[in-house]
Amino acid sequence: MTAARALMGTSLAFHIVFAALGVGLPLLVITAEGLWLRTRRRAFYDLARTWAKGMAILFAVGAVSGTILAFELGLLWPTFMKYAGGIIGLPFSLEGFAFFIEAIFIGLYLYGWDRMSPGAHWLSGLPIVLSGALSAAFVTTANAWMNVPAGFRIVNGTVVEVDPIAAMLSPPWLVEVLHTTLAAYVVTGFGAAAVCAYALLRRSAEDRREQVRAGLTIAMIVASIAIPLQWVGGDVIARFDAEREPTKFASLEALFHTRRHAPITIGGIVSGDAVRYGIEIPSALSVLVAFDPNAEVKGLDRVAPDDRPPVAVVHASFDTMVGSASLLLLVAIVWAIVALRKRTPAKPLLIGIALCGPLAVVAVEAGWFVTEFGRQPWIARGLLRTSDAATVAPGVDVQFYAFFVVYVVLAATCWWLMRRVGTKEAA
Amino acid sequence: MTALLGAALVALTAVSLYAIFGGADFGGGVWDLFATGPRRQAQRDAITHAIGPVWEANHVWLIFALVTLFTCFPPAFAEIGANLSAPLSLALFGIVLRGAAFVFRNYAADSLATARSWTAVFGASSIIAPFFLGDAAGAVATGRYAWTSPFALSAGLFGVALCAQIAAVFLVRETSDPPLRDDFRRRAVRATLAVWIAGLIPALLARQGEPALFAALIGPTARIAIGIAMLLGVVVMLSIQARRDGLARAAVGAEALAVLGGWYGAQAPNLIPGRWTYESAASSPAMLHAFLVAASAGALFLIPSLALLFVTFKGHSGESGAALPPKPNR
Repeated sequence: MTAARALMGTSLAFHIVFAALGVGLPLLVITAEGLWLRTRRRAFYDLARTWAKGMAILFAVGAVSGTILAFELGLLWPTFMKYAGGIIGLPFSLEGFAFFIEAIFIGLYLYGWDRMSPGAHWLSGLPIVLSGALSAAFVTTANAWMNVPAGFRIVNGTVVEVDPIAAMLSPPWLVEVLHTTLAAYVVTGFGAAAVCAYALLRRSAEDRREQVRAGLTIAMIVASIAIPLQWVGGDVIARFDAEREPTKFASLEALFHTRRHAPITIGGIVSGDAVRYGIEIPSALSVLVAFDPNAEVKGLDRVAPDDRPPVAVVHASFDTMVGSASLLLLVAIVWAIVALRKRTPAKPLLIGIALCGPLAVVAVEAGWFVTEFGRQPWIARGLLRTSDAATVAPGVDVQFYAFFVVYVVLAATCWWLMRRVGTKEAA
Repeated sequence: MTALLGAALVALTAVSLYAIFGGADFGGGVWDLFATGPRRQAQRDAITHAIGPVWEANHVWLIFALVTLFTCFPPAFAEIGANLSAPLSLALFGIVLRGAAFVFRNYAADSLATARSWTAVFGASSIIAPFFLGDAAGAVATGRYAWTSPFALSAGLFGVALCAQIAAVFLVRETSDPPLRDDFRRRAVRATLAVWIAGLIPALLARQGEPALFAALIGPTARIAIGIAMLLGVVVMLSIQARRDGLARAAVGAEALAVLGGWYGAQAPNLIPGRWTYESAASSPAMLHAFLVAASAGALFLIPSLALLFVTFKGHSGESGAALPPKPNR
């Protein structure tokens, strides 16, 4: 793998966590503040203030790591941007505006507690929720275009007849936007709930028990709504892939040969053209794709070996994503049953919830791996190969090491600060 | 043709507003690093207080400029990325560390050692970022991407001086404490002198080493713009002395605009001299139109939101750092 790919991959893997939390946290914050406005219970106010501090730190790191990506598009992929900028620039421009609104209202919200009436302050949080979700959606449409390029024609090697709207709304846009946006609420819900569960287990916030319990409930409600929806979203996107991106679909299912009665293979080691030691569920894939065990599913043998993604990575990432999501769903169901019977979560459930935080991050990263590795060897499928798009400028390896250190320092400081915010008395 | 003009105006507006507002935030970091004297901590508090609510919004002008460039002028964006990767990576390094350090030190205020080291990072990165952004701009102006050329490096220095000047003038009105105001007034005077000296150096170096660039600089457009900028610099100096701080604020913003306007004008219709004109680098008319429709629609939301932000936090001058809000009633 080239240094350019390693750097871009690391940058995206870093940014996606902060971006997702930046989309999801504002919803938790204004929910807590809204509950305070209605009930005037102090615990909700303290919760909103604590979460708002976390939001401030995570949003700032998300903003600067997003800036790295905006630069890296040009620094690492000049050939790609030369072609793609003029086709897929529109959603990036719209994202620019959405990010603007987000940054403006984050400033108003974080520094405006004593400058506005409580109602106005709560209202100033709404644009953050909306523009956060919108900016995630706009950026995701650009990724959708990379999977199924649309909105242009190529005549004699030059791009003609550009239709920016058709490019932005390329076939996978809706399924990808739903899947990505839901992922943000899944990871934020479980992440915030995990922090609260951990605090209850450690008894590190005995003076603020009411606040932490309220936080656990709000976050788990968001998580428990988002995770079943995400299962539906995941099913929809898999069906889309089976039809429109069969190579990606075949590699995430590690299906090498086009066949009827195609099985689902769970786990296993990909070697050559086969999967060994995997668990096979006969005909299940055919049923899943077409509700018919006799249905034919396209395998990797349809494309030349040079045009195949790294199957081992894609398959392992896919299993990791689905496996983590299964555990998340299980914990959410158990919590919902306990909560509906108006019981307080017992210790084993709290441990489960605490583990769901890291697990949700794993699911997001694995999902990102599936879509990115699954598109290889293309940067824009069928249009431009990743290897042809990377920069030839020297020194990218130095940049990689330098930014790697930056990411480690940012992540470590963030972690340390968030722990302080979590354990200190709210301001 | 009109769509092209519109796209170019949006791009140049974004760059200019980033230079002024983003520049002021970088300059704040410079003065944070050079906070001295008995009111050292008060200076830093005023800077934190001034930057806090607005820096993320100001930062978005940069993102917006990048996005506009690669949407409307993609080959120029690609070429800049491929040829100026070193200075832009260094600038990026500064931008990232500045933003992160500012937030980290604010939220680690109760751990003195941590806050102190992030304060140092905040100050240093606030110099690195504008220096290399200025250097990259200078390198573009040479038309050879010669970022290590004396001219480009001196443009970086000029960038830092300009940021420091804008920040010092803006900071005067960010506090109501008279001695603190005088601290920033003194800094504004020194920074204005620094801008004059740092502005002279690139001009002299261009005369020596960049004949094409120098010819453009003594052309009518640039000559008028530079004249106006120098005049406005004098206005800044006099109004600071006369304690007309509001006038100084307007003058320093206009001065930065005149400098940038001179640059754009001197190399027009070139986007990158000798390589790309705005026209030759432009995306298809369909994309330019779509972009302008999106930009107009976006502006309908953006302008009132920005106005609300600045009215809320910058509306009445002389607010001093009231940090923590009162606790609410039960």
